[in-house]
Amino acid sequence: MRGRPLLYTSYASEMALLNTRTKKVWFAALLALAAVLPFLLTDDILQLLAVCCVAAIGAIGLGLVTGYAGQISLGHAFFLAIGAYTGAAISGDPDGRAIGLGVTNLLVWLPAAGLVAAAAGVLVAPLATRLRGLYLAIVTLGLVFIGQHIFNEWSALTGGVGVGRPAATLEVFGYQLAVTDAYATKDQKLFWLMLLLLLIFALAARNLARSKVGRAFTAIRDRDIAAGVIGVNLARYKTIAFAVSSFYAGCAGALLYTVSGFFDPSSFSLLLSVQYIAMVLIGGAGTISGAIAGAFFITLLPRLTRELQAWVPFISTQPNEVPNVFQVETILYGALIIVFLIFEPRGLFGLWVRARNYWKAWPFSY
Amino acid sequence: MAELTEAVLRGLGTGSVYALLALGFVIIYKATRVISFAQPAFMLAGVTLVTYLVLEVSFWVAVPVAAVLTGLLALGVERVAVRPMVGRPAFIVAIITLGVDVAVRVVVNAFIGLDVRNVLDPWGLRTVGLGGVEMQQRHLAAFLTTAFLVAALFAFFRFTRMGLAMRAAAYDQEVALAMGVSVGTVFALSWALAGGLAAVAGTFAAAGSSVDAALWLIALTALPVIILGGLDSLPGAVIGGLAVGVLQELAATYQHHVSWLGGNVSVITPYVLMFVVLLVRPYGLFGTREVERV
Repeated sequence: MRGRPLLYTSYASEMALLNTRTKKVWFAALLALAAVLPFLLTDDILQLLAVCCVAAIGAIGLGLVTGYAGQISLGHAFFLAIGAYTGAAISGDPDGRAIGLGVTNLLVWLPAAGLVAAAAGVLVAPLATRLRGLYLAIVTLGLVFIGQHIFNEWSALTGGVGVGRPAATLEVFGYQLAVTDAYATKDQKLFWLMLLLLLIFALAARNLARSKVGRAFTAIRDRDIAAGVIGVNLARYKTIAFAVSSFYAGCAGALLYTVSGFFDPSSFSLLLSVQYIAMVLIGGAGTISGAIAGAFFITLLPRLTRELQAWVPFISTQPNEVPNVFQVETILYGALIIVFLIFEPRGLFGLWVRARNYWKAWPFSY
Repeated sequence: MAELTEAVLRGLGTGSVYALLALGFVIIYKATRVISFAQPAFMLAGVTLVTYLVLEVSFWVAVPVAAVLTGLLALGVERVAVRPMVGRPAFIVAIITLGVDVAVRVVVNAFIGLDVRNVLDPWGLRTVGLGGVEMQQRHLAAFLTTAFLVAALFAFFRFTRMGLAMRAAAYDQEVALAMGVSVGTVFALSWALAGGLAAVAGTFAAAGSSVDAALWLIALTALPVIILGGLDSLPGAVIGGLAVGVLQELAATYQHHVSWLGGNVSVITPYVLMFVVLLVRPYGLFGTREVERV
């Protein structure tokens, strides 16, 4: 087999989760690097990377419905919000200002947040399965607005606009996951936890993508009528796509604010949906690793623009001066979306494929 | 009764703004099969231009000039960001326009700044009495301007060569191209028209109050309007816009009867209406049903 990395000798090996040796080696190396990162980096960067991992979970979810199943959703912020509020309400203080049940175990509130969001996804499905393309995009956008109204008004649950409520508590059977103790700092533990969760969710999504359900998704994306003609139950698989995507969004939403510890209803605006769309498209639609790369890229972007200030001194850090870093950051979002879609539609994943192909063919590059 | 009539009249005024914006969306959609999420940015750009121009010339000159300039801006955006994407999936182009919207709005917001900016419209908050009911002059002006522009657009599409070319391209792009219609010009003109309409809509949205960065949210209400009317129907855009405006004002007037829904119900009524209509008619009230072939 030496020198013939793409020769498969059995169907099982071709369909394996990591189907080439290169992938296995790289995966192990990346994982090892990620695991030791907490010893090399400062705590604030670790915290940022922990948020990246959570954002990646949400982006994978959006990638499943938009990238794999081709159902355009601008309503991701709505499902993130449902997860965040479910998680916060279950783990919240029963005597607090906002609704709380006092069950602080992560193993309870995380799946619950996912399941409630998934149920919301199934509720939306009757509309979503009847519509296609841009009609669907605008309808899901409507979800964000209706969701914002509900969350603004239902202050018993959300704490109200501008006030907010504490996020879910990171704790498993009494063991605090986000408190510094004798073994590790708060941010080290946070990063490891989020990395572990990302790993679980990413592998599950990749597994789903290569299953019967995943193939049905891609068939629907490529040509939904043709898929229907060859026997794919469109309504059923579109509903599954929305449910799974919302499950991921719910879990990500519940975790997203555990790092900062606090959130309020205005977090879940259209901008959040656009950010997740940007993650999926800049990373590379229809790939899991692309969604992860995109999530890291978009989440790290504000930090990078802040560093930019050292190089381009005319950019101000004061919000009341022009141009300032916040404006530059927002323009970069817009410009990156435009530039990637025009010049590299496959996103960061596409750049990686180009680089890989160059080295594969080396020295015979044309 | 007077309360109801006044609410309906107010609704027709705000609905006119939605109708103008929705017309822009529909014109672009018919020509290019794309929803331009950049319309809010053009609206904000247009109204900001008006606020600067009225300091130099009168309102009556400032609005048309701003409309033309915004049209040119839209034309430029079409050339740079949208034309290279011809033939690519509509969704991808729609997301590009979303990127354009974000970028353009940042630039426009920098021009709005933190000061209070006014369009200095000649009406302000003055009212006019019509058979026992009071109506704000700005709403009347918005309604009349919309009626005039809709009539002008109708005449343009119906009686001019360019209008005929646009209808042909909307019907079948390839056949129109083969018959000698310059589809590129049609694309450019449809974007310019949409930009100009957005500028006028923005002016009336800001009339009687001031311009700030949050004004763009009004343009988003045009999205449920076009879904309601049907993505490719010009009459649908006008009727949908007026209907949504009236419904919003009714919701705002009578919401104290349903206080359990919370305040500001009028913000979400367009979306609720959209959901209800789509459950019954997936292609809107006047939209054409898509023919499905493998």
